[in-house]
Amino acid sequence: MSYFRPGFRHPELPKNDLGYTKQQYEGAISTLCAGCGHDSISAAIVQSVFELSIAPHQVAKLSGIGCSSKTPTYFLSNSHGFNSVHGRMPSVATGANLANRDMIYIGVSGDGDSASIGMGQFAHVVRRNLNMMYVVMNNGCYGLTKGQDSATADVGSRSKAGSVNRFEPIDLASVALQLGATFVARSFSGDKEQLVPLIKAALSHSGFALIDVVSPCVTFNNNPGSTKAYDYVRQHMQTTSLVDFVPMAEEITTAYGEGESRGVTMHDGSVIQLHKLRTEWNPEDRQSALNALAESRERGEVLTGLLYVERDSRELHETINSTRTPLRTLTEKELCPGSSALETINNSLR
Amino acid sequence: MRDPVVRGDGSTSIFWKLPLKPTDIQNGDYFHKVVDCQYACPAHTPVPEYIRLIAQGRYTDAYMINWVANVFPGVLGRTCDRPCEPACRRGRVEEQPVAICRLKRVAADNKSDVAERLPKVSVAPTGKKVALIGGGPASLTVARDLALCGHELHLFDEHSTAGGMMRCEIPSFRLPEEVLNEEVDYILDMGVQKHFNTLVTSLKGVLEQGYDAVFVGTGAPKGRDLPDLPGREEGAANIHVGLSWLANVAFGHVESIGRRVLVLGGGNTAMDCCRTARRLGGADVKVVVRSPFAEMKASPWEKEDAQHEGIPILDNHVPIDFVIESGKLVGMRFDRVHAIYDGAKRKLVSTGQPPVLLECDDVLIAIGQENSFPWIERDIGIEFDKWDLPALDEVTLQSSLPKVFFGGDAAFGPKNIITAVAQAHQAAVSMHLFLSGEDVRVRPSPGVSLVSQKMGIHEWIYDNIVINDERYVVPQVEVEAALSDRLLEVELGYEHAEALREALRCLNCDAQTVFTAERCIECDACVDVCPVDCINFLENDEEEALRQNLRIPAANLTQSLYVSGDLPNQTGRIMVKDENVCLHCGLCAERCPTAAWDMQKFLYTVTHAGQ
Repeated sequence: MSYFRPGFRHPELPKNDLGYTKQQYEGAISTLCAGCGHDSISAAIVQSVFELSIAPHQVAKLSGIGCSSKTPTYFLSNSHGFNSVHGRMPSVATGANLANRDMIYIGVSGDGDSASIGMGQFAHVVRRNLNMMYVVMNNGCYGLTKGQDSATADVGSRSKAGSVNRFEPIDLASVALQLGATFVARSFSGDKEQLVPLIKAALSHSGFALIDVVSPCVTFNNNPGSTKAYDYVRQHMQTTSLVDFVPMAEEITTAYGEGESRGVTMHDGSVIQLHKLRTEWNPEDRQSALNALAESRERGEVLTGLLYVERDSRELHETINSTRTPLRTLTEKELCPGSSALETINNSLR
Repeated sequence: MRDPVVRGDGSTSIFWKLPLKPTDIQNGDYFHKVVDCQYACPAHTPVPEYIRLIAQGRYTDAYMINWVANVFPGVLGRTCDRPCEPACRRGRVEEQPVAICRLKRVAADNKSDVAERLPKVSVAPTGKKVALIGGGPASLTVARDLALCGHELHLFDEHSTAGGMMRCEIPSFRLPEEVLNEEVDYILDMGVQKHFNTLVTSLKGVLEQGYDAVFVGTGAPKGRDLPDLPGREEGAANIHVGLSWLANVAFGHVESIGRRVLVLGGGNTAMDCCRTARRLGGADVKVVVRSPFAEMKASPWEKEDAQHEGIPILDNHVPIDFVIESGKLVGMRFDRVHAIYDGAKRKLVSTGQPPVLLECDDVLIAIGQENSFPWIERDIGIEFDKWDLPALDEVTLQSSLPKVFFGGDAAFGPKNIITAVAQAHQAAVSMHLFLSGEDVRVRPSPGVSLVSQKMGIHEWIYDNIVINDERYVVPQVEVEAALSDRLLEVELGYEHAEALREALRCLNCDAQTVFTAERCIECDACVDVCPVDCINFLENDEEEALRQNLRIPAANLTQSLYVSGDLPNQTGRIMVKDENVCLHCGLCAERCPTAAWDMQKFLYTVTHAGQ
């Protein structure tokens, strides 16, 4: 009788540039339902942060409330974490980021946490272009309260109990695009080959990076008629392109014919390599991304992959010209410059 | 289908690289191989099955599982060469394998009276007479199996009782006489007719007595000598062949030895000789061996035990001669060498240093042993090969004279007890078929079963928690006490608490991960939770490429890949599991939402004669 993860790992587990194996990026064993898509997303985050050789203590993971927001316990145990109030993760993330811009911020939320109670917070964190990766584990239902339809459930999607959703869904990717998001992607928990490079690209992006991940709820929303079920998503999944993430200083080795491939160089010098691009879609054109999303919605498809990226994105710190130094390292001298400094400021306002 | 591949030599022949076929788990051979210890055991003892029983304190049940499979659990729990332990999966995820052998001893030491559980001869006598030549482990095993088939058995041995090499070659401080006697008597009490103190000098003579079948289990009784080494003859009074010397000690014919003793040889017999010499008055005992220390044939633990008793092992010393003064042995001279390797070939080359003189009062020669069949006439229809070993069918152990069968060291040269037992089981199967007028080539199938271990959510019948404990050391008596009494057993055996912890180190490799492709929804839950990354979902390919494409490449080619058929989701992928370091922790099955994974106990039993 147990629910216990053994301490042994594969003796040939690869090491990253820091000399760590994946084990140093793991979290506690998940207590979510067996087969939950969220666990796959956690594993993809572990894989991505390991592969990017990010020191775990450089990462802060933040979440709200819900099944999705429990997951930071299940990845990156050696990182900083903050499990905040329902729908209020963006505020906490904003505060943390403003206090220390040197850290890497991973926000984890769900469709309830972001598209219902946290919709207002979501809108503002997008438009401020806070430098963070914002992952929505989107299962179209309230899994923690027995599977009621959430605000992202598609019209006509059938719940496990048999009721059909009558309300229009909020498409967080489209909303984010309209609010000026600088990195928008959609993926599927059951497709790590796509999800891992997207997470790596999002973590390398300077500015707000949204990944809306369709993540089936095996317990309450994996039934025939649901548009967020494993088999439905597999059957209706389309991609904007295949994604490869090539970190800075690594050679691009995949060869594709002309016109089939396109590289987007990121702020830090790494490259997102895109192959087999969808026609009429341009990853750096916001309108083409919105069109592509709308068209696939019309056809009942789930459009995944990178949707939009703005390589010259200006994140919040750059916009408000805040200090480069983390606040905790500022001394009293810098924080309280004295009455003469105040006088100078007051004079400038007169 | 993959691309056709053109051979490197430019020849036009091409072949297709084929993707792997789904693993056929209905065939017992697949899961049999996953249980590494049982697979490596020549007698295929169901190791995890009895280790679980030990963990539950069910020592008698654990003993009986052993007794059925290997006949001498008490003996083997102290003396086995343990082919199971190097195979143990635990040794692939950490330093040391489970102490399987010493756990077997725990079952033997702590069992209650098993008399009631021993099988009784319940069939009518067949009227067939069988002669068993030699009273060692092979003959005794054949006796046990055939007694239950109703045949009349006659056991011949030159000594006053049975046991063979277990009695003559293994000293009592490693194997107490009571332990041996108990297990020998279980068999002798099954109605075996004893012909002790009877040296068989002619097989022809035996055959003429009208036996329907004969089993030759005479071992490899002849210790190698150094007849041509100068001084051998003059010093004969103080130069002994180790094997005979050990037998003489066991039967009380030899009770002392000189103060300074040299033991020549690097095998387990050399270790037994030197340790015995220490107990018979040898205060200054040295082992001298030709090869480098690491290449000695002795089991590592036996070398350790010898060194622990203050016996130095001098390696890279090749004997030159026995030094005789006034007609008496006073020492030996050795040439110091070093090993030079040419691939797998080893050559010992002199270092050119002057010879070393080691003074001594006695020398024990323990440089190997060999078969000896002067008593088998060469004109009675038994063919011998170029090494003067009988020409046998490797499966049936039948000789070219159909009614004569061989087993143990007598069959294919010196190995060990467990191999002798395994061969004897097979010889007994052959003999029973032969005596029943059936074809000895038509062998009975092994018994296999596969039973789900699920009891509830997060609950399995077996103890699936993988503990991190390192191997427990078996306690021993103090060296002074051990050296003062040749009959005092050195190893004390595990206490109950240690035995329990050691037993829990077993990974339960017989709790198989059984995958039902039709149920899989490819949610990746098993992939994500597997602590050792052995589960993969990917496109099929030919084996070499597939092994490379796994999340962690499957580099251990001795371990199988478990390959599923097509999955129902039309993703074009299949499930591939590398069995190599699977911990059998059951997490894949616990995290599977559709019960596509299940933990099922696989039990494999060798079918013995008459079963």
